[in-house]
Amino acid sequence: MHDLGGLPAGPVEKDEHDPSLAERRVDALMSLLMSPGVAAFNVDEMRRTIESLPREVYERHDYYERWLLTIESLLVEKGLLTRAEIEARIAALEADAHD
Amino acid sequence: MTERRFADGALVRVRDLPVKGHMRTPSYVRGRQGRIEGCQGSFPNPEERAYGSDGLPARSLYHVRFRQRDLWPAYAGLAADSLSLDLFEHWLEPAHGT
Amino acid sequence: MAHDHDHPHPTRADHRSHAWERREAAIRSLLIEKGLLTADAIRAKIEEWEQKTPALGARIVARAWSDPAFEARLLADANAAAAELGIEARGVKIVALKNTPRLHHLVVCTLCSCYPRALLGLPPAWYKAPAYRSRAVSEPRAVLAEFGTRLPPETEVKVVDSTADCRYLVLPLRPAGTEGWSEDRLAAIVGRDAMIGVALAQATRA
Repeated sequence: MHDLGGLPAGPVEKDEHDPSLAERRVDALMSLLMSPGVAAFNVDEMRRTIESLPREVYERHDYYERWLLTIESLLVEKGLLTRAEIEARIAALEADAHD
Repeated sequence: MTERRFADGALVRVRDLPVKGHMRTPSYVRGRQGRIEGCQGSFPNPEERAYGSDGLPARSLYHVRFRQRDLWPAYAGLAADSLSLDLFEHWLEPAHGT
Repeated sequence: MAHDHDHPHPTRADHRSHAWERREAAIRSLLIEKGLLTADAIRAKIEEWEQKTPALGARIVARAWSDPAFEARLLADANAAAAELGIEARGVKIVALKNTPRLHHLVVCTLCSCYPRALLGLPPAWYKAPAYRSRAVSEPRAVLAEFGTRLPPETEVKVVDSTADCRYLVLPLRPAGTEGWSEDRLAAIVGRDAMIGVALAQATRA
């Protein structure tokens, strides 16, 4: 799903939507996590991870959603976060939102 | 600086190695012949870096130019049209021809 | 800004988007809590990217059009040439590709979405989407036509696929009729698409 050069495809849709704040945050997280000061993972690990997303996951998510899934997967792989704590934090944020 | 194996102008073929994991050599140039346009310097090997190593020693990264007609049999455009990209030295082997 | 469509009722897409934003917020708050990142650093990074716009690349192009010695330095070392103008482009090697009446460059990243962000900011969505990435390499002239770009029939097209450690900036052809223009005026006619190579710089834009 990444080695696309020369594959048949339709016309280029000149999508110019500006990234939302959430998308800009994902972009910033990615930059910072790969920056020399933080170095949670490197760009090649990021690419390896995004390339290994299952096809259905890749197709179901848009660009920055895939980046977020990649960040999450690498943080778990590196032992910096656990799935359990991420799910627990999401649940806590949801509970706050419904108060 | 790593010593370069290929000089500018050298004819090379992109190796058609089995895909074992992450790499930066697109499938559309594998097995194709092109010409060295220059060397971008040496950089850590992304195929190793992708799995957590430092990718050292750094490998020479070449800018390689292909004729479009050598890449796409049905290419619609001028015979002079070309495509170039950066390829690591271990993906290249010497080629002979025109 | 892109058009915002009104959504009077929450849609499934809204729910999905909320779930996704919550996931981002969860990961961000955990990273801050664990001391890996700070909220300030994230804010600063967002602002840094907001300030990176194609206007930076346009200043470089306008200077190159006005000063042959600068153009030579740009073609030899684009990062250093950008630094001369106070434009920070450290980290990733950038290479400028000079268009001529006989040669037109078109830049793509077929494997992901590599882009000269330091000089152009975040890439447009279409640059990252499969159609452009698939077709720019194999049918560049058809892709150019979809952008409304027609080249003289004898102009050679060279596609550059950013596969590795370099990013590419097209130095467009200076349009006729711009003789004697100031650098500011020239910069105003250099659009992002001309620096990707899907469009030409045109004197009529200013």
